[in-house]
Amino acid sequence: MDSSEDKLINELANEEYKFGFVTDVEADIAPKGLNEDIIRYISAKKEEPSWLLEFRLKAYRKWLTMKEPHWGHLDYPAIDYQNIIYYAAPKKKNLANLNDVDPELIKTFNKLGIPLEEQKKLSGVAVDAVFDSVSVKTTFQNTLSKHGVIFCSFSEAVRNYPELVKRYLSSVVPIGDNFFAALNSAVFSDGSFCYIPKGVRCPIELSTYFRINAANTGQFERTLIVADVGSYVSYMEGCTAPQRDENQLHAAIVEIVVMKDAEVKYSTVQNWYPGDKDGKGGIYNFVTKRGICKGNNAKLSWTQVETGSAKTWKYPGCILKGDNSVGEFYSVAVTNNYQQADTGTKMIHIGKNTKSTIISKGISCGHSDNSYRGLVHIGKQASDSRNYSQCDSLLFGDKCGAHTYPNVIAENNSSILEHEATTSKISEEQLFYCNQRGISTESAIGLIVNGYAKEVLSRLPMEFAVEARKLLSLSLEGSIG
Amino acid sequence: MLLQIKNLHVSIEGKEILKGLSLNVNRGEVHAIMGPNGTGKSTLASVIAGRDIFSIDGGEILYKNNDISGWSVDKRANEGIFLSFQYPVEIPGVSMVNFMKTAINEKRSYLGQDPIPMPEFMAKMEEKKQLVEMQAKLTNRSVNEGFSGGEKKKNEIFQMAMLEPELAILDETDSGLDIDALRVVSNGVNKLRSSNNAFIIITHYQRLLDYIVPDFVHVLYDGKIVKSGTKELALELEEKGYENFKK
Ligand SMILES: Nc1ncnc2c1ncn2[C@@H]1O[C@H](COP(=O)(O)OP(=O)(O)OP(=O)(O)O)[C@@H](O)[C@H]1O
Ligand SMILES: [Mg+2]
Repeated sequence: MDSSEDKLINELANEEYKFGFVTDVEADIAPKGLNEDIIRYISAKKEEPSWLLEFRLKAYRKWLTMKEPHWGHLDYPAIDYQNIIYYAAPKKKNLANLNDVDPELIKTFNKLGIPLEEQKKLSGVAVDAVFDSVSVKTTFQNTLSKHGVIFCSFSEAVRNYPELVKRYLSSVVPIGDNFFAALNSAVFSDGSFCYIPKGVRCPIELSTYFRINAANTGQFERTLIVADVGSYVSYMEGCTAPQRDENQLHAAIVEIVVMKDAEVKYSTVQNWYPGDKDGKGGIYNFVTKRGICKGNNAKLSWTQVETGSAKTWKYPGCILKGDNSVGEFYSVAVTNNYQQADTGTKMIHIGKNTKSTIISKGISCGHSDNSYRGLVHIGKQASDSRNYSQCDSLLFGDKCGAHTYPNVIAENNSSILEHEATTSKISEEQLFYCNQRGISTESAIGLIVNGYAKEVLSRLPMEFAVEARKLLSLSLEGSIG
Repeated sequence: MLLQIKNLHVSIEGKEILKGLSLNVNRGEVHAIMGPNGTGKSTLASVIAGRDIFSIDGGEILYKNNDISGWSVDKRANEGIFLSFQYPVEIPGVSMVNFMKTAINEKRSYLGQDPIPMPEFMAKMEEKKQLVEMQAKLTNRSVNEGFSGGEKKKNEIFQMAMLEPELAILDETDSGLDIDALRVVSNGVNKLRSSNNAFIIITHYQRLLDYIVPDFVHVLYDGKIVKSGTKELALELEEKGYENFKK
């Protein structure tokens, strides 16, 4: 019994990371380490207004007083923050015109399946491509501006829409929210900005694609999305990084503001380099994602498929401030080999009659650890509110771990909370049964896992769902068969 | 010859289960295997299907004149070996439709054929469901999940009908079936019988053999086939039990 399970698990562990190449581009690189001078250097490089430099310095000073959080079910050696490069940018400057973009970069994004050339663009998806610290190119800008939609790199937004940025920056994630948020606020390099005007239904999917390339750098991007009254947008985020032996830190912030009657769908397919099969290398993905349903009847929906990263620390949350507002969190998190993921959500009910749904599907294999950590807080004023949580774990083999930490605080008694949890195992019997019907182990695992994660995958936009399915199978199946 | 087993020795965790078993099966034949609990009937079935938790300590299995010891479980299946499980396994989240479609297409891909067109697949599902009088709603559910014992057994025969194997091994398909279901399932099997395929039917009850009339009956006792005969042997066993075979 043991030997055949071991064999399967070993085979699972051998899948290679397909995005691990390095692009050879000349880069502007800050000296290693972090101090006020580095922050000034970043701000100067980006030719930022002084209010933003002040914002950064304030965050930095706050960060100095904070401690790295260690309550997550994660295990990693102390991070040396002075040994990280906080700014790296491909040298050739570029903006709206593709001719300005380094051909090496275009090649890189092509290789990743993200075409930036006009004629090859993903149909119906506008992409903002972020390479190391800077946004390289945003596609479809003309189509978008016709509808009044602003979608550009964060730096451009600071230049062109300073009032909007100033008004909403850190309005959902305060600079001192947590250690990594403070760090990001001090050193963030670029990211995406998006504003959907009143009553506009964004005609295409928006998407940011993040790529870490340079060695020893951290990536600290920042996304800010504002959906004005009665608007709608669906936003997707993808990412990859080269295969390196050392760990790299990624500490991003995503802030979303959803006004009255507006709706935002935010989907992530996270595929940072997870490290090798012995747990060497990989990205530390320590990100803060939060949105606020500011007005009545606002709706915010997070969908995430997490397959990459050596360590994940991530709790996309919703602050349900408007009455009748709705928050959703749909998640599939896969851990393999020595990966560790501590992920979940925070649903903060403030408005009356607010509703949240949490569907979390963990899949653990190898020696990995997969934890769901959630908080549902129903405030005193949030009468007649509801939460439904379902946290399932699927285990492969007996060397991995699955944990759930659902925290609930209910401050009124007119609200209803439901919680369900299951743990199951892919058994050798199930695989034998599938094999006996002529189905290879690879397809069988694909069938089982996709069946298990169906509820979440079906939430993803079409363009993403296919990729996510493939990724799920890839990150699990290995070289079996 | 379709299947030829020569002097097979099989053990698990150091415990010897099959101790020199031989069996020949030709196309067009139905063989029944009977024997007391724990003598190795299911083990034999699993080993033919290629389950690797058992170790083969001696002897060989020839299928269509190939030594199949190096064949994976799915290769054996795609070469036409089907096992109706004594204890069918539940696979939550995987719909019967998706499961069957995947199975059929993997076989077709193995044979170098294109995937089955959807209308043809659906028509086939319909036809085979009727063959075993399976309730329509069962195929909309996950594989065996929450199926009753009898429904699971019917589902095995349904899958067999879908996959059209050359060698079908039915491990106690009759246990757990009510009288009507037994008749339906047996009729299904009889309709699938042809000069091109063969069946090995493992059962404890002679009653099944009234419906599916075997060409040969074998007694598996203590890891070996100790007696072979025709269907009369089953009647004799029903009367006398396995007393005579005890040493
Ligand atoms: N996975 C296993 N691990 C340990 N022992 C096993 C395993 N599978 C079978 N055995 C043992 O092998 C012997 C034969 O089992 P098998 O299931 O083949 O018997 P059987 O003839 O099918 O019995 P039944 O009529 O009760 O179905 C039994 O003693 C059983 O306990
Ligand atoms: Mg048995």
